Amino acid sequence: MSILPADNRPNPDEILARVQSDARQKGRGYLKMFFGYAAGVGKTYAMLEAAHQRKEEGVDVVVGYVETHQRIETENMLRGLEVIPPKIISYRNIKLPELDIDQVLKRRPQLVLVDELAHSNAPGSRHAKRYQDVDEILASGINVYTTLNIQHLESLNDVVTQITGIKVQETIPDRIIDEVTDIELIDLPTDELLNRLKEGKVYVPQQAERAIEKFFRQGNLTALRELTMRRAADRVDDQMLDYMGIRSIPGPWPANERLLVCVSPGTVNERLVRSARRLAAEMKSEWFAVYVETPQQVRVPADQRDQVDRMLRLAEELGAKSITIPGPAVADTIVNFARNQNVTKIIIGKSRHSHLRSVLQRSISDQIITKSGPIDVIIVSSEPERQEISAGSSVVQSWQPHRPWRRYAWGLALMAAATAICYLVAPYISPTNLIVIYLLATVVTALFLGRGPAIMTSILSVLAFDFFFVPPQLTLAVSDTEYILTFLGLLAVSLVISYLTAQVREQADAAQRREAQTAALYELGHDLTAAVGLDAVATTIIEHIGQTYSREVAIFLNQEGDLHLYKCTPGLEVSENELAVAVWAYEHDQKAGRGTDTLPDASMLYHPLKTNQGVVGVLGIKPLNASTALSPDQRRILEAYANQVALAIEGAQLVEQAHQTELLEATEKLQTALLNSISHDLRTPLVSITGALSSLEEAGPALDEEVRRSLIETAREEAERLNRLVGNLLDITRLESGPIQLRRDACDIQELVGSSLEQIGAPLKERQVKVDIPEKLPLVPLDFVLFSRVLVNVIDNAIKYSPADRPIEIHVHETKKGLEIKIADHGEGIPQDDLERIFDKFYRVQRPDNVSGTGLGLSISKGIVEAHGGSIRAENRRSGGAVFTICVPMDWKDKQ
Amino acid sequence: MNEIGLRVLVVDDERAIRRYLHAALNAQGYTVYEASNGKDALDKAIANRPDMIILDLGLPDLDGVEVTRLLRQWTHIPIIILSVREQETDKINALDAGADDYLTKPFSSGELLARMRAALRHYTQAAKEPIFESDGLKVDLTRRLVHVNGAEISLTPTEYDLLRTLVQNAGRVLTHHQLLREVWGSGYTNEAHLLRVNMSNLRRKIEPDPTRPRYIITEPGVGYRLKTVT
Repeated sequence: MSILPADNRPNPDEILARVQSDARQKGRGYLKMFFGYAAGVGKTYAMLEAAHQRKEEGVDVVVGYVETHQRIETENMLRGLEVIPPKIISYRNIKLPELDIDQVLKRRPQLVLVDELAHSNAPGSRHAKRYQDVDEILASGINVYTTLNIQHLESLNDVVTQITGIKVQETIPDRIIDEVTDIELIDLPTDELLNRLKEGKVYVPQQAERAIEKFFRQGNLTALRELTMRRAADRVDDQMLDYMGIRSIPGPWPANERLLVCVSPGTVNERLVRSARRLAAEMKSEWFAVYVETPQQVRVPADQRDQVDRMLRLAEELGAKSITIPGPAVADTIVNFARNQNVTKIIIGKSRHSHLRSVLQRSISDQIITKSGPIDVIIVSSEPERQEISAGSSVVQSWQPHRPWRRYAWGLALMAAATAICYLVAPYISPTNLIVIYLLATVVTALFLGRGPAIMTSILSVLAFDFFFVPPQLTLAVSDTEYILTFLGLLAVSLVISYLTAQVREQADAAQRREAQTAALYELGHDLTAAVGLDAVATTIIEHIGQTYSREVAIFLNQEGDLHLYKCTPGLEVSENELAVAVWAYEHDQKAGRGTDTLPDASMLYHPLKTNQGVVGVLGIKPLNASTALSPDQRRILEAYANQVALAIEGAQLVEQAHQTELLEATEKLQTALLNSISHDLRTPLVSITGALSSLEEAGPALDEEVRRSLIETAREEAERLNRLVGNLLDITRLESGPIQLRRDACDIQELVGSSLEQIGAPLKERQVKVDIPEKLPLVPLDFVLFSRVLVNVIDNAIKYSPADRPIEIHVHETKKGLEIKIADHGEGIPQDDLERIFDKFYRVQRPDNVSGTGLGLSISKGIVEAHGGSIRAENRRSGGAVFTICVPMDWKDKQ
Repeated sequence: MNEIGLRVLVVDDERAIRRYLHAALNAQGYTVYEASNGKDALDKAIANRPDMIILDLGLPDLDGVEVTRLLRQWTHIPIIILSVREQETDKINALDAGADDYLTKPFSSGELLARMRAALRHYTQAAKEPIFESDGLKVDLTRRLVHVNGAEISLTPTEYDLLRTLVQNAGRVLTHHQLLREVWGSGYTNEAHLLRVNMSNLRRKIEPDPTRPRYIITEPGVGYRLKTVT
């Protein structure tokens, strides 16, 4: 340790770490921890004292949660501080006060006090642990004062257990203490603490009185005190090293060690992981927790897999990088990984193999030691009490966890069949050759039914052979001792065959399984590429993940600033609470819900969908069967899925955005054209009006009567035109601003037509209009005012586009579909290409003689007719001219 | 009737419209008072005792319907509503609240003056003339006789009641509500189809061309008006 590195600059690894930690610290609040070795040393008191000081300095301090344990001196200290009332959570009829994190975030003080960092929150709270609450508060930029006792520190958990004999349940990950900005050691000599305990000044929960008595012993306390001081000193030391590091101060740099701890079902235990953490901390080195998944481990029972999983998570909490690697053999994979990652020390647990097996097969630790070369290997012993699982039970369980009795039954049946065949052929061949038939049965069993049934058949075949075919028959006795050799041979060969065959089978299964996953992933990628549009992408994702994991899937996306459920497996219901969990996962860019530490009560696991552009959404996954958990392997694949899904969604969103932009551009272009058209149509009448009025004003009396009249006429006509245009613009705006409220009323069609003709007024004066309406037409449910706008516009159109001396025909009749109104003219008709487009907004048929109009009338008509559930179409008549057909339903029901 | 010296209160928040009405009405010999909001209108209606009020529906403080209602609590002078096309419901509400007639902006001064005359006539003629005659339509209210261009027309009692109501309010708009109440009674005000069917029949009998009515004009969405030719 005292050797100085060749140059005095900090190494790049450390600079990187600093930068990352700075980035993390940026905008984060700072955390000060009042650290003690036991309850009663005065942490809470000291924290409150410090809070009062801050308050006097003008800092905005509030008490988030302080447990006074009804101690008067502590309660007195609370006076004068603002307290955020705790949130009361009901759990099994008990009301539990908890830190109200939402109120804290809403109140946004500069500093908040949160007592007992290691506290576990009541079920139903946002986070499982209080330190996670604190983490979120810090992340929002609020400073926090907190308290902690040494025994709650994860890595020291087992040491404390050894010292005191009491297992502490509530722990916090070590990284929390590493991230603490300031640590204040609250110390009290052990004698004084014991005195305070005697005086009843230390809070003792009644039910734990005896345990506490065991805990508060001079020896325990001294050991804990020492441990605490050492830990605090370590932290101060770290800070000093940090300080030196950033200023390039030469110092006793630690060697750049990297540690690797092997996690495997056989040797797994907390002690191993914790030892690794302590070692890593002492050496200030990075460390990995590695689990090698071999084909054989496919048959590891679920509880052991869970244990492995838990260990990997624990390691991660303790600051390791947890990795699961698939590989053919544990030792080779570990050593290869260690070489690639420049690992300097491998930590392994002592193998717990039986003596027989260790003779037949070298233990993994032996193999690693042989292959590790320059890498140090440290072997840690297992805790004795952990070896309670009896070998026998685990054998049966481990091989065929799924309905094993059925496989054994099949094995038995095969044996019976083999015996029957042997019985049939026995007269023709010698007894020793019958063995072949039994061997065949064993091979079949091993191949299809697995290892356990194969071993069973191996033994049974020897017994059956002896019983049925070796004289004296139907007894297990043997007359010819030579047969003993045959039996041994048969047993050995059967066992070896069954072992080898089963292994081949398992490897094939594992390979198949992995291949299935790879294929599924590939297929997902393939289908995602083929899916066009966000909706198709979402459907593909839901189908694939649903099939691969037999799970229900929900996709949440950010739409207009809020996270919404975009699509989910049909029938899956997502409640408000579930959505809230998804939102949390989205906002914090962390997994949440089922199987995680945050809101584990949720029914789904929520996985944020991350790309380098940020979080695009959240993937929710709900097992069909509530008890099934994801294996680390599945979780790894899921992660890969999530990445692919995130990219696909981002891609689809980008395409959609591009499409939107294109659409927007087109709309803008259209709008410019419309604006030009409208401004022209609005200005033209104004020009005429202004012109006429100014002429009258300037040369009024001088003008002769004829001219004056003509000017006035022009101004008036143009004003009317302007009024029509404004009316049309208002109509179209109303039609487009949302669904129109129809005021349906019983309408007399004759009256409707009459009123429309009346409204057109002057232009119709000289025009012949032929109206044909049947006498006994029922009343029709229409909005009279709006529908007369339709007729006015269509008739007006007919007037404009046909010669003044030709009549306009209006024909009404009842059809099966409803009422049909035909309005026909004798003009030029409509160019074939324009028949559809004439109902488009601002579209006008190009005519040499400039017909005045806005190009809105027909579009308005169409809107109104469609709002009535009807249709309007234009055709050319064979005899010349155009005919507009309006069709509206006549029934009253369902239209109300 | 002589309009000279009649006092008209013009209520509109648009100065341009007040100015135009002032000029147009002055030219016809009316004395014009102006108000730019509802409260002002109510004050001036008391202070100046106008013979008629021209009231805009869209006022900045009270809406025109409310002003009409308040005025009707103490006076029966004619009220003519000015509205824009988007205010159909308000228009009907104002008429049902007791306004005499309405005009949709923009309107010509000719139209306005005609409406004013009709409203005034209705207001001042306490005793109705027994015979109505206009443009070939002749209704003898005492003898219940209807002639069109000299030919007698036979009407059902309901049709006659409908025509009589229109004649008694000749030139003024009557809302669907008002007609239904007058002819069928207050329990029938929502039975619009009764009115439609009878109106259709009435028109067929008295109008030379029912699709281009000459006498009974439809006011879309509001009601009917018997046209008077003067």
